[in-house]
Amino acid sequence: MTTQAEPVLPNAELLDVAETPFQQVWRTFRKDRLAMTGLYVLAALVVLALVGKLLTEWWVVFDPTTVRLPDKLRPPFSHASSVLATDQIPPLGTYPFGTDELGRNVFARMLQGSFVSLSVGIVAVSISLLIGITIGGIAGFYGKRKLGPFGIDSLLMRFTDVVLCFPTFFLILTVVALLPPSIYNIMAVIGMTSWMGTARFVRAEFLSLRERDFVLAAQALGLSESRIIFRHLVPNAMAPVLVSASIDVAYAILTESALSFLGFGVRPPFATWGNILADGRNYIFDAPWLFAIPGSAILLVVLAFNLVGEGLRDAMNPRLRKRAR
Amino acid sequence: MWRFLLRTVWQRFWLLVFISIISHAVIHLAPGQPTEVDPMNPMMKAADIARIRQAFHLDDPFYLQYWHWLRDLLSGELKSFRDGLPVLPKIWDRFLNSLPLFLSTTVIVWTLSFPTGIHAAVKRGSRYDRATTFIAYALISVPGFFLSYMLILAMVQVFHMPVIGLRTFGSEGSAWHLRAMDRLWHLVLPSLMAALTGIAVLSRYVRSQMLEVIDQDYVRTARAKGLDDDTVIYGHALRNALLPFVTMFGFLVPGLISGSVIFEQIFAWPGLGQLGYEAIMSRDFPMILTLNFVAAVLTLLGILVSDILYALVDPRIRVE
Amino acid sequence: MTSPLLSIRDLQVDFETDAGRVPAVRGVDLDVEAGQTVALVGESGSGKSVTALSVMRLMSGRVAGGHIDFRGKDLASLSESEMRRIRGGQIGMIFQEPMTSLNPVFKIGRQIEEVLALHQQLAPTAARAQALELLKRVGIPSPETRLDQYPHELSGGMKQRVMIAIAIACRPALLIADEPTTALDVTIQAQIMVLLRSLQQELGMAVLLITHDLGVVAHFAERVNVMYAGKIVEHGSVRDIFKRPAHPYTRALLGALPDPSARAQRLEAIPGRVPSPTQLPAGCAFCARCKHAFEPCAGKQPPLFEVATGHAAACWLHDATLRRS
Repeated sequence: MTTQAEPVLPNAELLDVAETPFQQVWRTFRKDRLAMTGLYVLAALVVLALVGKLLTEWWVVFDPTTVRLPDKLRPPFSHASSVLATDQIPPLGTYPFGTDELGRNVFARMLQGSFVSLSVGIVAVSISLLIGITIGGIAGFYGKRKLGPFGIDSLLMRFTDVVLCFPTFFLILTVVALLPPSIYNIMAVIGMTSWMGTARFVRAEFLSLRERDFVLAAQALGLSESRIIFRHLVPNAMAPVLVSASIDVAYAILTESALSFLGFGVRPPFATWGNILADGRNYIFDAPWLFAIPGSAILLVVLAFNLVGEGLRDAMNPRLRKRAR
Repeated sequence: MWRFLLRTVWQRFWLLVFISIISHAVIHLAPGQPTEVDPMNPMMKAADIARIRQAFHLDDPFYLQYWHWLRDLLSGELKSFRDGLPVLPKIWDRFLNSLPLFLSTTVIVWTLSFPTGIHAAVKRGSRYDRATTFIAYALISVPGFFLSYMLILAMVQVFHMPVIGLRTFGSEGSAWHLRAMDRLWHLVLPSLMAALTGIAVLSRYVRSQMLEVIDQDYVRTARAKGLDDDTVIYGHALRNALLPFVTMFGFLVPGLISGSVIFEQIFAWPGLGQLGYEAIMSRDFPMILTLNFVAAVLTLLGILVSDILYALVDPRIRVE
Repeated sequence: MTSPLLSIRDLQVDFETDAGRVPAVRGVDLDVEAGQTVALVGESGSGKSVTALSVMRLMSGRVAGGHIDFRGKDLASLSESEMRRIRGGQIGMIFQEPMTSLNPVFKIGRQIEEVLALHQQLAPTAARAQALELLKRVGIPSPETRLDQYPHELSGGMKQRVMIAIAIACRPALLIADEPTTALDVTIQAQIMVLLRSLQQELGMAVLLITHDLGVVAHFAERVNVMYAGKIVEHGSVRDIFKRPAHPYTRALLGALPDPSARAQRLEAIPGRVPSPTQLPAGCAFCARCKHAFEPCAGKQPPLFEVATGHAAACWLHDATLRRS
């Protein structure tokens, strides 16, 4: 089969269905089975994370901290041994994911870790989005204005280029080595080293949107600049940002797990999947589930974020939408 | 074209200046006084502060600090905290070890990504396209160290093959061709692991670029001339689709270096990444900062090479 | 009577879109005699480009019915390699956007020589000489230098001339010109049309001119086919169409043209909109906007009725068997 040139369907705009852009995107997104699967997984993850935090810290059903030395390194689905004290017995007397080298319930740890891993990802990305949108927006909107001898756009873009030159992970390690190790520092550092992509997208969107007629119309109406930016430009520029956000969360979770793997990640009492993975590394021959379970969980969640992000990208691409197949 | 090149080199020079300033500025994240040190931080001890202040001349005003750092770095005065040896020569040695790894990873990534991406674009929507798309997503999502360990597990337990390190322990006495093959073998697994994410990302990008180009009017013109599909795709479309990749060259370097921190740890490869890891573990701040700087400079060199290549390859720039 | 060079009968082309199967061309009959200039006129979305691309089999939509005969052979029955021999060799095509229709990374000379080498198997030196002649013939100044230049060094008008040179290089029997002047300045438009006419006379080739510009049609076409919502609604000689338009749509189109000789005039805009291809009415597609609509119009689609020799309109008004009340 040869690939044919595919002209945009003439009169796509005459397909007289009145729907909001959101509905259009959602309709296309729904057809992508992979993307929808990712969405379901993410929904399940959010539920799991919230429920997990509840059940492991406040209304403790699964206790991640109980040390049970007689029951260490038990494989998944094994039963608790009889020598345990009553308060040490896990729910239903089984360990769904086995136990680690201290006899702790891996399932409970994973449950607790889900909230932390997810929140690290989300907070870090929120920070990076904030920085990225600000820098990209200013560069794109005020581009030609000058600050002293330099244009604002070129100044900001040079700065972005400079940061891009540094290997991100190594920079994160450096900062983590210098600062006190806290979960908030890690979130902040990941956020402050991954804003560059977002900044570029936002800048590109603002640059092209700024020339559009609706902006001229708004200016002709005498709207203030900030109003134009926030009410008109930002909503239109959000499409690539949303795609980027989803993929960035995936990246943040991977980075956190890599940091933990090297020993620089979040410290106890917080358990993240990266931590559990790092601990499991030592027992990879004797108790492979300690390594395989968190690793697969990370893989699944990151994959889900990536699928959703890519699905959003395909759904929001106007050319792909109008194209005749 | 020359005007373009000169302008680019000038811009990149300033990039270098700012890189060095930021590389230096990072040290100021450290606590200023020994009393500020967090006792819970295993990475930073009160005694370290004094060393840091001395090595980086932090008692001097800003611009002098920067000047000292630059001068010490280039003259060999900047010494590692660990063994007191100058920083740059140590980096150079380890860099030479990492170089084969970087090169083979890059080769693997680029030679595998293009055919995959192009084929997926040409056969859009086919089973091949959907399968490679899913595999690409999976590869991007898997933690690199996870997959590596799984593979090492398989190699060692199932196939009984040595995979760690530069060469098999005790192989120094063998004939040169056996040693060479041994070195090559040890190169395969780490480069493959490091290459996987790169292949996934790059092949997707190749695919989307090709799709965009195939949609262009001039491809339709080429078909209207009666040219066969292969000529249209590989002659007309590909040449245009390749252009952006020339510019991407430089920005792949940071990924290689970041990746090397993890993969060299896993495979016990004594290269740049391992050096960085050891430096961070031992709080060797001169080394840490210099490594950041060196990595950024390498990236800059890569970018410069991309700029030159691009000026040569894009006729819109070449003929101005 | 010799059969026409190009004969399209009952062509139907569908597109698969998100909104379902959309008919772009709904039964088009069209003839082009050897050496004749035939215009295909209509608004954007009427299906005229789709028709033209279907002749070259460059269409990605599905040809749902009908056939296209060229020199007596059904083009749909040809294998892809046979079709490729016809493309560029016996049928040439030029497109609407000269700015993007030339490959930006190849020199002009190479792009012309390519088609010569392909269909006439000319050796490089002969091809280059021929390309030079072609550039001269299409009126490009200093052709020797142009051969080694890249498309971005040429103006829009010159690029279109190069496109024409490529299309006629192998002396095709038919040239399809899809809106060749729409994207050009008015003065250049005239030059290009004059060039096309002189080439046509010199090479004796037929021209299928797709356009929405009635001015161009009046000056250069011999026969006119008017297209609306995927069907031919009227066809006839240029004189017939302009002096005695029979279909209300044609009349409305002509009425919408400003008459430079009249002093004060109303421009008659056609009320309503072209129906969306997904929501085509059961009867005549123009019915809702037609001043003369009457009883049978909404119910059944009118076939082409002969108005005079060689002049027909698809309108119930011209059905001699109906009594008009």
